[in-house]
Amino acid sequence: MPERTHVTLTEEGPALVTGPVEVELPDGERVRSDRPVTALCLCRRSRRYPLCDTSHRTKVRVKEES
Amino acid sequence: MTRSLTLPAPRGPVSSAVLEALRGGSVPAVEPADPYGDDLQLALHCCYELHYRGFPGVSPDLEWDPALLGLRRDLERTFLAALRAAVPAGDDVDAEVEALLVEPVGPQVRGVSHHLQRAGELWQLREYVTHRSIYHLKEADPQAWVIPRLSGAAKAGLVTVEHDEYGGGRPDHMHAALFADMMRELDLDDTYGAYVDRVPGATLAEVNLMTLCGLHRELRGASVGQFAMVELTSSPGSDRLVRGMRRLGCGPAAIRFYDEHVEADAVHEQVVRRSVLAPLLAAEPELAESVVFGIRASLHLGERLGDHLLGCWERGESSLLP
Repeated sequence: MPERTHVTLTEEGPALVTGPVEVELPDGERVRSDRPVTALCLCRRSRRYPLCDTSHRTKVRVKEES
Repeated sequence: MTRSLTLPAPRGPVSSAVLEALRGGSVPAVEPADPYGDDLQLALHCCYELHYRGFPGVSPDLEWDPALLGLRRDLERTFLAALRAAVPAGDDVDAEVEALLVEPVGPQVRGVSHHLQRAGELWQLREYVTHRSIYHLKEADPQAWVIPRLSGAAKAGLVTVEHDEYGGGRPDHMHAALFADMMRELDLDDTYGAYVDRVPGATLAEVNLMTLCGLHRELRGASVGQFAMVELTSSPGSDRLVRGMRRLGCGPAAIRFYDEHVEADAVHEQVVRRSVLAPLLAAEPELAESVVFGIRASLHLGERLGDHLLGCWERGESSLLP
C-alpha cells in the first residue's frame, strides 16, 4: 500500500500537505508545488490562492508612526 | 558566486589585529571596542569567515588558531553582553510567536520593506539588496551549524526547512543562487563577500549574531529563535518587496527571489512552529529563555539596521560606506 499523504488542518491558517502536490482549481488550472510541505489556503484571502501567503494573519492598523 | 573574496579593509585597532593575524602575523592584544561598532563587527565577521569560505591566501589552519579563537571569544563576550543588556529576558515563546504573527498595517507603519513598497527608489532597493547580500549569499549556512546540536523531531523539522532553503536538491533553486540572480539583474556584483567593505557594523552584526548562535552549542536555543524570527516575519515583508520591485519595473530574476520567499516562508512559518519549536521545547523546556533571547536579539539588530537605512534615506544619503 502506498504511503498515506499527511494533511494537517491548522486552527488559524492553511492546510499543510506533505510531499509534492498538484492542485486542480475549478476552472481546470493546475498548480504544482514540489516543496516537502505545501500550505494550501483555506481562508481564501491569499493573493496566491490556492497557496498560502500568510494573509490569514491578524492585522493591526497602526495610527501613529511606529 | 564562484569567485573568492579578498580581505576587507580594517576599520580600527581590533579589525586591524585580526587582519594582521590573517596575513600570518601574531595576534596583538587589543582593548575592548564598541560592541555594535564597525571595528568589532568587522573583526568578528573576519574571524567567522574562516569557518565558512575562508579568504584567498589565508591559511585554512587559522580557523583553529588558539590566539585568534581567544580574541574571537573576547569579541563574542562583548557583543553578547551588549545584546543581553539591550533586550529584556523572557521565557514565554508562545507569546513571542503570537506577537510576530500580528501584522501591523497602514500608511503609518515604519519599516524598510514598507518604505520600499510604497515609495522606495531603485537606488535604495539596490542598497537594501547590497546589505542583505552579506547573509543571503550564504543563506541558511549559519543555521546549518545548529543541526547536530538538536535531536529527534526538532532536528528533522529544521532540516526540512534548510533543505528547502538549499533548493530541495536543485542547485539553481538554492536561495543563495536566486539571490545572486537578483543581484546580477540589479547590476550588482554577486561575488561572495564583494560588499563587506561597503556595509556598516549594523549590517555585519545581524549576520554575526546568526553565526555566534550557530557555533555555540550553549546558544542553540537562540539559533532556533533567530531562525524562527526570520521565517515567521519574512513572508509579508517579501510580499511588500515584490510589490515595490514591480512598481519600480524590476526584471523577473530580481522579483523571483522575494516572490519565492512569500510562498516558501508561509510554509516555513508552519514547519518552524509545529515541527521545530514545539518538539524542541517539549524535549528541552529549559531552552525557552534562549529561544526568546534569539528572537528578541535578532529583532533588536534588525530594528537598528532598519533605523540606519531609513534615517540615511530620509536625509537623501547613501546607507553604504564610501
